[in-house]
Amino acid sequence: MYLPDFDYYAPQNLEEACSLLTHLGSKAKVLSGGTDLMVKMKHGVISCEVLVSLKELNELKEINYHQGKGVVVGARATHNDLVNSIILNEKYLSISEAAHHMASNQIRNIGTVGGNIVNAVPSADLPPILIALGATLTLVGPEGERTIPLEEFFTGPGRSVLAQNEIVTFITIPNQPTTGSNYIKFGLRRSGALAVIGVASAVTMEGNIIKDARIALGAVAPVPMRAKEAEAILIGKEYTDDLLEQAGVAASKECSPISDIRGSVEYRRDMVRVFTKRSLKAAITKGHSGEHLETAHSNNI
Amino acid sequence: MNKDISLVVNGEARYINVPADKTLLDMIREDLNLKGTKKGCDAGDCGACTVLLDAEPVNSCLVLAVEAANKEVTTIEGLAKGGELHPIQAAFIKHGAVQCGFCTPGMVLAAKAILDKNPNPSVEEIKEGIAGNFCRCTGYKKIVDAVLASGRNIQG
Ligand SMILES: Cc1cc2nc3c(=O)[nH]c(=O)nc-3n(C[C@H](O)[C@H](O)[C@H](O)COP(=O)(O)OP(=O)(O)OC[C@H]3O[C@@H](n4cnc5c(N)ncnc54)[C@H](O)[C@@H]3O)c2cc1C
Ligand code: FES
Ligand code: FES
Repeated sequence: MYLPDFDYYAPQNLEEACSLLTHLGSKAKVLSGGTDLMVKMKHGVISCEVLVSLKELNELKEINYHQGKGVVVGARATHNDLVNSIILNEKYLSISEAAHHMASNQIRNIGTVGGNIVNAVPSADLPPILIALGATLTLVGPEGERTIPLEEFFTGPGRSVLAQNEIVTFITIPNQPTTGSNYIKFGLRRSGALAVIGVASAVTMEGNIIKDARIALGAVAPVPMRAKEAEAILIGKEYTDDLLEQAGVAASKECSPISDIRGSVEYRRDMVRVFTKRSLKAAITKGHSGEHLETAHSNNI
Repeated sequence: MNKDISLVVNGEARYINVPADKTLLDMIREDLNLKGTKKGCDAGDCGACTVLLDAEPVNSCLVLAVEAANKEVTTIEGLAKGGELHPIQAAFIKHGAVQCGFCTPGMVLAAKAILDKNPNPSVEEIKEGIAGNFCRCTGYKKIVDAVLASGRNIQG
């Protein structure tokens, strides 16, 4: 397989990148890690005449903590950058672990968090945990910068509010009172498999009382979705296994999965029930941990 | 559109004029004539094209050659030194970890990446590190044995 002909630019700064994208219009696409773009271009699913690489924008590779803002993750940080970040390991191990269970080591060295988000694939592994933790996105275009909740970014499979000449620069996980968070990817095998479903949760506990809860589901709707009915069942109540079961049932009812090669509607709904419960339990009892990954055939690697 | 790039391949500085739409894998095989790096799926799934880019394993079929400019690439040809096989290569032979050999270059480089970070990995860590490398002859057991043994060898 060969790639179609295209031109390539690697602008030195964001302004140059945005003005190139504006000037070139729909002929151009942003290139980050390329793990998605290269495959789609080889298969002829996407065509474009020019790639604008973010390679030289080194500030977009950093993961920093800003006292007033929270944890700021550059869009070009690779999955392994998330896995290895000391800041994330300390504050939100749940994010590092979600990245750790993606794809393979090779892909984790190339694929980026920005690409994982902009792709807007319903089964993508990073959006659920980032949404559960209330992350915002910073988008930069020729007219300047805007910040939006990640939850409002997606508009459908492969679609988002990102304008053609905008670049995602940073993902911010705001300072917050949450006491625990967790993402469970349920896949058919341990490595290189997309999620059948994904469940992320973030909770704020005061003793045994659930003060606040956010649940985000992947691969069960056209976009990563909040399970707000399940959240409402939890908030203000004392934590019991029965309460978590009720939340799981609510989440399984409010999601809208499809049947495909990885699982049927019925199977996905039931797995949402099971893993919502497990994810919440881990968030409640284990802090910002990585409860991680479950497989249908746990012996397969 | 062609670009002039410079990069270091197996310790040697190279200057190459390469089309923007060429992958690192195709440049390595066609322009540098280093045929040890294999093309399996060409889509990131099989790991046969694994090379080290600035010491980290990547699928060279998913990286554009121009994106590797000013970086350091290690292919399987860069491992043996002065006619001596690298300890990982020697361990693969000793443990019978090579059948048809198609996955071997990628497997050895994935193993090198594991051992460079942790000379004494557990079986689980080895399995995780080579999870992106498919062996269609399915000799995984011996591959894991070879990596375990070469870890001990490298440690001395
Ligand atoms: C073998 C294999 C296994 C995989 N496994 C998983 C998995 O387990 N879980 C999972 O979630 N995904 C998986 N993926 C999908 C993919 O690797 C990830 O979604 C990855 O994070 C994409 O990032 P990238 O930097 O490579 O994106 P690219 O391919 O560079 O870009 C993807 C899209 O986003 C746009 N884009 C990228 N960055 C920006 C930005 N900063 N601003 C504006 N637009 C941007 C590009 O224009 C393009 O449209 C897998 C892919 C492969 C090939
Ligand atoms: S050829 Fe690159 S992963 Fe298969
Ligand atoms: S030895 Fe044949 S593919 Fe691995």
